[in-house]
Amino acid sequence: MRIFDPHIHMTSRTTDDYEAMRAAGVLAVVEPAFWLGQPRTSPATFYDYFDSLLGWEPFRAAQYGIAHHCTIALNPKEANDPRCLPVLEELPRYLVKDGVVAVGEIGYDSMTPAEDHALAAQLELAADHGLPALVHTPHRDKLTGLRRTLDVVRESALPVDRVLIDHLNENTVKEAKDSGAWLGFSVYPDTKMDEDRMVAVLRAHGPERVLVNSAADWGRSDPLKTRKVADAMLAAGFGEDDVDLVLWRNPVAFYGLSGRLDLTPAEAAATHEGNSILRGGE
Amino acid sequence: MTDRATPHPAPPTSHPAPPTPHAPLPPAELRARLASRLPAPARDWLDTALAGAAPAGAGEPGWRLSFAEAGRRTGPDAADDARVLLLHAAGAGPATLALLYRQGTAAERRAVLRALPHLVDGDQALDLVEDALRTNDTRLVAAALGPYGARHLPAHDWRHAVLKCLFTGVPVDSVARLAERARGDGELARMLGDFAAERGAAGRTVPPDLYRVLALTESQPAPSEES
Ligand SMILES: [Zn+2]
Repeated sequence: MRIFDPHIHMTSRTTDDYEAMRAAGVLAVVEPAFWLGQPRTSPATFYDYFDSLLGWEPFRAAQYGIAHHCTIALNPKEANDPRCLPVLEELPRYLVKDGVVAVGEIGYDSMTPAEDHALAAQLELAADHGLPALVHTPHRDKLTGLRRTLDVVRESALPVDRVLIDHLNENTVKEAKDSGAWLGFSVYPDTKMDEDRMVAVLRAHGPERVLVNSAADWGRSDPLKTRKVADAMLAAGFGEDDVDLVLWRNPVAFYGLSGRLDLTPAEAAATHEGNSILRGGE
Repeated sequence: MTDRATPHPAPPTSHPAPPTPHAPLPPAELRARLASRLPAPARDWLDTALAGAAPAGAGEPGWRLSFAEAGRRTGPDAADDARVLLLHAAGAGPATLALLYRQGTAAERRAVLRALPHLVDGDQALDLVEDALRTNDTRLVAAALGPYGARHLPAHDWRHAVLKCLFTGVPVDSVARLAERARGDGELARMLGDFAAERGAAGRTVPPDLYRVLALTESQPAPSEES
């Protein structure tokens, strides 16, 4: 089984996690730039963080045979602090880098005017740089947040089929699917989604354009949730091809829109272990 | 975080750093070698990018975009050489090299380090080498110990860098002018002996490269030709 976790904050995870993920079949990850729990107060700390997502973290992942890419953005929470806004001006020099496969994660937190501005500006940056965008939906007031997000996307230069709407649930999946966006689900130990609800959503709405992620970070989360969803899908009667579509081919297709996915570490690891991992074919 | 060996010293499964050429290849040779292994679209991209980087256009930021996107245009294995060639074509000086290093990804930083022996005569770029030696990214550490580092690193820093290679599993074959600098270096020999004793006391194996370097320190300095 080959697994691509399209949303995980490895900066907050240990090498034990990398080892366990690799053993569970995770061969590729995308790490979206987000906030770190402690609000930042100056742009320079963002740049060190972005540099880490383009330097140390991919190196660390490669030690475990995992391909690591990232998405870069000013997150909505910190977009509300005027001290952090100069980051927006500096983003273009990051968005040209090889390891950057999307702008993200962007979207709404508290739905403020500052967040409106940051979201619209960064959707334009994605369009300008030929990148797709990872847009999360807020934890609070999610359905309103989704509608407002889709409105801003439709007003932007970025086509909606280059947008991944994340943290969806049973209440938001239908409107998100009808919009033509890619559909992301974060499976958490006790909030957002769990494995069985995820399987039910897949039954109701199908596996097309669906991506499942662990969104694991410094909070209560589980970097093996992707594998657990795969196992739950198989147990519920989905075929191996459906599992491969949701957990490998869909994330490869979405982030592949950047033209920058390099899955060499995953392929090298797969070759090393025989051809069992990459079966299912591109 | 302490400076220590990776807990799981499995060799990296991907993107092995190309062997650092100890004698830097002249750009024309490097370009011919690279062109012969690139598919046609990548070769065309490189030709256009190099023409755009030529000094007439080097004031423009365009070639810096080429420098950034070289990986996805030429493939990860060829990107190092492509970036080194771009730096040559642009005639990048110490200030530009420092900027590209500071704003670079790990792959871009590695290319800057590899280009130093061709592009910087004095020790103005030594701080980039020192920065790379502070990282735990073995590809950067290896690139820092190329011909430029061999020429300019002070003895103390160079010895610690060699020891760091042994700690982090960087093959000492990637250290430029290793035999020449290690020869007759009693202080390096002492550091290696202490490291071996520490490993022994902990019941851990001593990397075979350590004994190779130790043997090099025991050979006598060659009689200087100038004297
Ligand atoms: Zn996240």
